[in-house]
Amino acid sequence: MSNPNPYRKSYFNTQPDFLFPAYRSTVKRAPTQPLVQIPQTLSEITGPLFCASDVADSEWDLTAQHAGEPLGERMFVSGRLLDEGGRPVPNALVELWQANAAGRYKHPVDNHDAPLDPNFTGAGRVLTDAQGNYRFKTIKPGAYPWRNHYNAWRPAHLHFSLFGQGFAQRLVTQMYFPGDPLLAFDPMYLSVPDDKARARLVSSFDWENTQPEYAIAYRFDIILRGRDATPMETQENKK
Amino acid sequence: MSLLLTAAQTVGPFVSIGFETTAVPDVAPAGIAGERVVITGRIFDGDGLPVTDAVLETWQANSFGKYAHPDDAQEKLLEDNFRGFGRVLADAQGGFRLATVKPGKVAGPDGHPGREQAPHITVVIFMRGLLKHLMTRIYFPDEAANAADPVLNLVPAARRGTLIAAKSPDGTLQWNVHLQGPQETVFFDY
Ligand SMILES: [Fe+3]
Repeated sequence: MSNPNPYRKSYFNTQPDFLFPAYRSTVKRAPTQPLVQIPQTLSEITGPLFCASDVADSEWDLTAQHAGEPLGERMFVSGRLLDEGGRPVPNALVELWQANAAGRYKHPVDNHDAPLDPNFTGAGRVLTDAQGNYRFKTIKPGAYPWRNHYNAWRPAHLHFSLFGQGFAQRLVTQMYFPGDPLLAFDPMYLSVPDDKARARLVSSFDWENTQPEYAIAYRFDIILRGRDATPMETQENKK
Repeated sequence: MSLLLTAAQTVGPFVSIGFETTAVPDVAPAGIAGERVVITGRIFDGDGLPVTDAVLETWQANSFGKYAHPDDAQEKLLEDNFRGFGRVLADAQGGFRLATVKPGKVAGPDGHPGREQAPHITVVIFMRGLLKHLMTRIYFPDEAANAADPVLNLVPAARRGTLIAAKSPDGTLQWNVHLQGPQETVFFDY
């Protein structure tokens, strides 16, 4: 009995380093010792799996959690969860959290002088379908200030948390919006070294899913680590 | 076909909006076999200050050493109500508390049943200031199998202790995370 194939290491420069001094909080939190390289065992290749009963159907809609509708630009966000080999990741838990339209989080630590919205909490969850598709209905979050540097503003963003099929695929990221002038000044966005990988964090306007007279749509596909090809697949690919 | 892996980004300071209502501080429901353990700890930054905005996620086998996952082909007992996933949020003192059962031994890197790993819990850590998550493990004290564990043995001997919980007088296990400093926890890449 041998363990299943491990997941591939991330491609060069697609991931930020732990230490990125322009993002000040990394300085006292990034590990200083080299990471210890370990083989992927069953413990890393497996991971929590989720099913329909873990998520309520209503959790996809962040605009329907309160008595009234939240203020802001209503929007749909959808995309596919795939691995690097292009295979859909089905039945995967996708979690989203965000600020309200004014750029304020419903969180005790957020003291930004912008209004809370009694009709917006800012958290949602869905499972991907058999083709790896997910979809949320929410409002577009506002930009918000942070004290990282003088006049620092986070570009509007959604926080996404993804579980794949193994703990080695675990990913938390942020989705940005096309054309946001704040991206050029955002240390978090700029922490991703590779230009293409960084640009992939920006969603695209999704005309097809935009609903007339109702809501704009954005598309954000998310790619998790893929597995090393099995010898058999390699043979297949050569045909 | 090869797609570009999505880059990680920090969970930021407001992660509890997303994860508080979905915390899983009790991994093992009633009726699950095995030795009950409570693991508590605190998380410290490079100044020794508590990290109050961290999230720890844990993944483990049941007490028979079986993961609730189709890729685990070991012939061991699976328990219906045991997923093996935990999620705890740091409190205002940087502390956390996870209740679970001690996992059994699982197959090692080569899958050879004769070379099993010592009981351990796989951990990922998220927080503001981490652009991507940290990966580590919790091992158990007074565990003879630790000496031969194939992963622990890859860790410089002087740092191995950071991965092994300590037994408190009250019977709970203590496992602290030091992001930096002389006691810096061992973090993995895999
Ligand atoms: Fe944020």
